[in-house]
Amino acid sequence: MTEMIWNVLHTVKDPEIDSISIVDLGMVNRVSVEGDMISIELLPTFMGCPALDIIKANVLKACKEQLGTEAVNVAFVYDPPWTSSRLTEEGRESLKEFGIAPPPKDFTGVEDWKIHCPYCDSPYTSMENLFGPTACRSILYCKQCKNPFEAMKPISTMM
Amino acid sequence: MNVKSPDEIPNKEYKEALLSLLYQLADDDFILAYRGSEWLGLAPHIEEDVAFSSINQDTMGHATMYYQMLEELGEGSQDSLAHARPSHERRNAILLEEVNGQGNYLEEPRYDWAFTVVRHYFYSVAKKVRIDSLKNSSYEPLAQLAIKINTELYYHLLHWKTWFMQLVNAGGEASVKMREAVKRVMDEFQGVLTLGPTGKEMAVMGLIEDEENLKKRWELSLQPVFQSTNLAFPPTTAMKKGNGRKGEHTADLDQALSTLSEVYNSDPAATW
Repeated sequence: MTEMIWNVLHTVKDPEIDSISIVDLGMVNRVSVEGDMISIELLPTFMGCPALDIIKANVLKACKEQLGTEAVNVAFVYDPPWTSSRLTEEGRESLKEFGIAPPPKDFTGVEDWKIHCPYCDSPYTSMENLFGPTACRSILYCKQCKNPFEAMKPISTMM
Repeated sequence: MNVKSPDEIPNKEYKEALLSLLYQLADDDFILAYRGSEWLGLAPHIEEDVAFSSINQDTMGHATMYYQMLEELGEGSQDSLAHARPSHERRNAILLEEVNGQGNYLEEPRYDWAFTVVRHYFYSVAKKVRIDSLKNSSYEPLAQLAIKINTELYYHLLHWKTWFMQLVNAGGEASVKMREAVKRVMDEFQGVLTLGPTGKEMAVMGLIEDEENLKKRWELSLQPVFQSTNLAFPPTTAMKKGNGRKGEHTADLDQALSTLSEVYNSDPAATW
């Protein structure tokens, strides 16, 4: 049963980056079933993110449509905290498809970011704005293929 | 002794100290996020507009989490906590409620960018010190939240430090305005650093360290920045307009509350 629920969650996409599922974003902490009741624990990426309520509603909708049940409890929890290292390899590729560079792996907050262009993979990029159109993204520029692009901010508990 | 959930709160004194701390944390972030949001479309350049909006959104998110925690402790709904409490029930520092400058958002806003940079930078440093202490809070839900908030605060600090250093060192009008702003912000900053009348109890209960320690660490965090910009160290902080932790506030807070809760008050029962 829990495997079926994970499959359903794979169909729920980030409302603002519709190439990536909430599973590949690393937002799903735990799925459990007790009797008829399904419990799903989600980890918020950024706390002020207005997409959280939409994601919750989309999870409920997907469970209703694909599993035929409304006995679903979706809770946001903070332990463990979401970090950008929770992204799956598939998730990192999905971000690139959308034109967003995945965050550097195992970021500790001390080193400079090395971000490759999601279009041409060039390392010859510059940071234009640490903050971007949504809480989780920064704005960069590729000096190789001359495209502006976005990158997902690295988030680590080491920061 | 660690408290894992609201059900495990051992006694009335613990709960009172916890509530009082949460109100301070929530109200500080809430009102400063609001003042920050009043810069929307007015920031010095478009990139700053994007960055500042993002920071305000994060900060409002932090306030929401604290209000949610208060809701779980039986203090009422998070929406009413944010919108419906009169100014004398608010526990934010007076410095954070002060208007951004002359004029108002819709008519001739002549806001003060130097004041904004200094207020936000010094506040972010103080917030970082508090959050680091809260990671070891005896109230575990608060400790977990602190770990999460810290990951976002990292970017806020980078941002405000960059502005602060560049403007203080710019020379000319910018340096003069920044030094005036530092003086003005320091005159009220004790109001941010204080934990109010129940500060001692908070420390005894292990909710957060005592305010003397926190203040010292705040000063130490600023020391390298002050020394590299030739600002007098340690800074002298005061609390001239009153103690927000005791519910003392200025007309600026009433103005802010009436504006920010206008939509909420038009129909408090509505679902948004």
